Amino acid sequence: MINLTDVAYSYGGQALLEGVTLDLAPGSFHFLTGPSGAGKTTLMKLCYGALLPSSGSLTVFGTEIADMDRDAVAMARRRIGVVHQDCQFLDHLPVSENVALPLAVSGQASPEEEENLLELMSWVGLTGRADARPPELSGGERQRAALARALILSPDVILADEPTGNVDWDMSQRLLRLLIELNRMGKTVLIATHDLMLIRAAKAQVQARVLRISNRTVQAAGADL
Amino acid sequence: MIRAFNRTILRAVVSREVGADRVVPPQGFTARLTVFTSAAMAFLTVFALALSLAAARLAVDWGDGLARSATIRISSPADQRAAQTEATLEILRQTPGIGAARALSDEEQGALLEPWFGPDLPVDRLPVPRLIEISETGPDYDSDGLRLRLQAEVPGAVLDDHARWRQPLVAAADRLRLLGWLAIGLIAAATGAMVTLAASAALAANAPIIATLRLVGATDGYVASAFVRRYTTRTLVGAALGTVLGMVAIALMPGGGEAGGLLTGLRFEGWHWLAPLLVPPLASVVAFLATSFAATRVLEAQS
Repeated sequence: MINLTDVAYSYGGQALLEGVTLDLAPGSFHFLTGPSGAGKTTLMKLCYGALLPSSGSLTVFGTEIADMDRDAVAMARRRIGVVHQDCQFLDHLPVSENVALPLAVSGQASPEEEENLLELMSWVGLTGRADARPPELSGGERQRAALARALILSPDVILADEPTGNVDWDMSQRLLRLLIELNRMGKTVLIATHDLMLIRAAKAQVQARVLRISNRTVQAAGADL
Repeated sequence: MIRAFNRTILRAVVSREVGADRVVPPQGFTARLTVFTSAAMAFLTVFALALSLAAARLAVDWGDGLARSATIRISSPADQRAAQTEATLEILRQTPGIGAARALSDEEQGALLEPWFGPDLPVDRLPVPRLIEISETGPDYDSDGLRLRLQAEVPGAVLDDHARWRQPLVAAADRLRLLGWLAIGLIAAATGAMVTLAASAALAANAPIIATLRLVGATDGYVASAFVRRYTTRTLVGAALGTVLGMVAIALMPGGGEAGGLLTGLRFEGWHWLAPLLVPPLASVVAFLATSFAATRVLEAQS
């Protein structure tokens, strides 16, 4: 799905990531952990083409990212569902339109898809909040709405950056169960988090590989995780 | 590359379902600025159009009117004036292409001189030349031939076909018409520049929106088309408003009747009333090109 081989990324002459090698195979489940500022979000952005590596090889769905034009990157992103910590909504549109945004931008809006949208809203527990504006939602509702938006096009890969950062323990467990269920459906999942409790809870339910960013590179986490 | 991108945007603008441009927040001063400026520009365009068309009409009227008339001045001693006048009229009767010719009466000549010398001027006792007015000259009228014949047969008769002052007037009217078109071109360019600035400001201010759209897989064509639709629509609405107001203002201009000149002739006649209706769609084309240009640049910079 997404492969990084000896990838480095620098910004303003400063190396943020070096020698990163990572293979997000189909149906795999990964956690990416590390202290704040270690480069988790940077690595996520590299994975969906928001940033380009300074060196090394990064292939997305079999194509080298450096060889893709902006339209090709946009097409690839339709196969990658991204959940950001700050969610990134269009605040002037209701939640239902925000969740349906990937359908609109990909020209797939249709009555059938509208049914899927209602089903998805129900699945993430937001049926009653469809007409609310994003600023009116609680932290947990925003995370679930972001997850619903990431899933609306039934992507092959789900990248979630601190998806439980703004929610309480119960809500984080609920979001985790949703992501595990998606992984059981065959989706590739990568979750960036510094919440070790969440990782331990997940490992009890799913075969997950835990990676740690340390000294600007990615390593397998220790046995304690 | 930009032309190809414009084609992509045009396809997206035309094919996107109604309401897709809702991804652009409706608020913002640039929205009101675009509507107001395009309305003002359309209003000015209607006036420039009326000026240009009126100038063209005047050039034709003056050219045609003066070309169809001439004057003969009989400057001879008083005792020969009547005979020379009669001889000249006889020559004019024989000259092809002349519809009518008549000598002005003392009262008519007095009226012509009244603005300079006041009323009660004793024209019959002054050495004022007799004037013969020729009108409705046809296509076979030969002014050079007539001038030569008058020189030979009536030495005191001088033909004035008005060419001396007709040509500068017609040239001035033609120049005025060109200036009107130039003004319309400048207004279109200013509208394009304004829409470019407004769209660039809106694109820059909405960088988080663009980032979100890209995050969910929007192509540059989709993002650009949302902004292009919004600004093209605003420009169309503003231009339609300005055009209607401009046409009403032109319709309410006072007419000058017979004494009318350029100012009182500033109006549309006949099919010319349809010309201002082209202003809103043309303004939309300008807005489309300007916003596409702005979107291309800003999206390139933000990628």
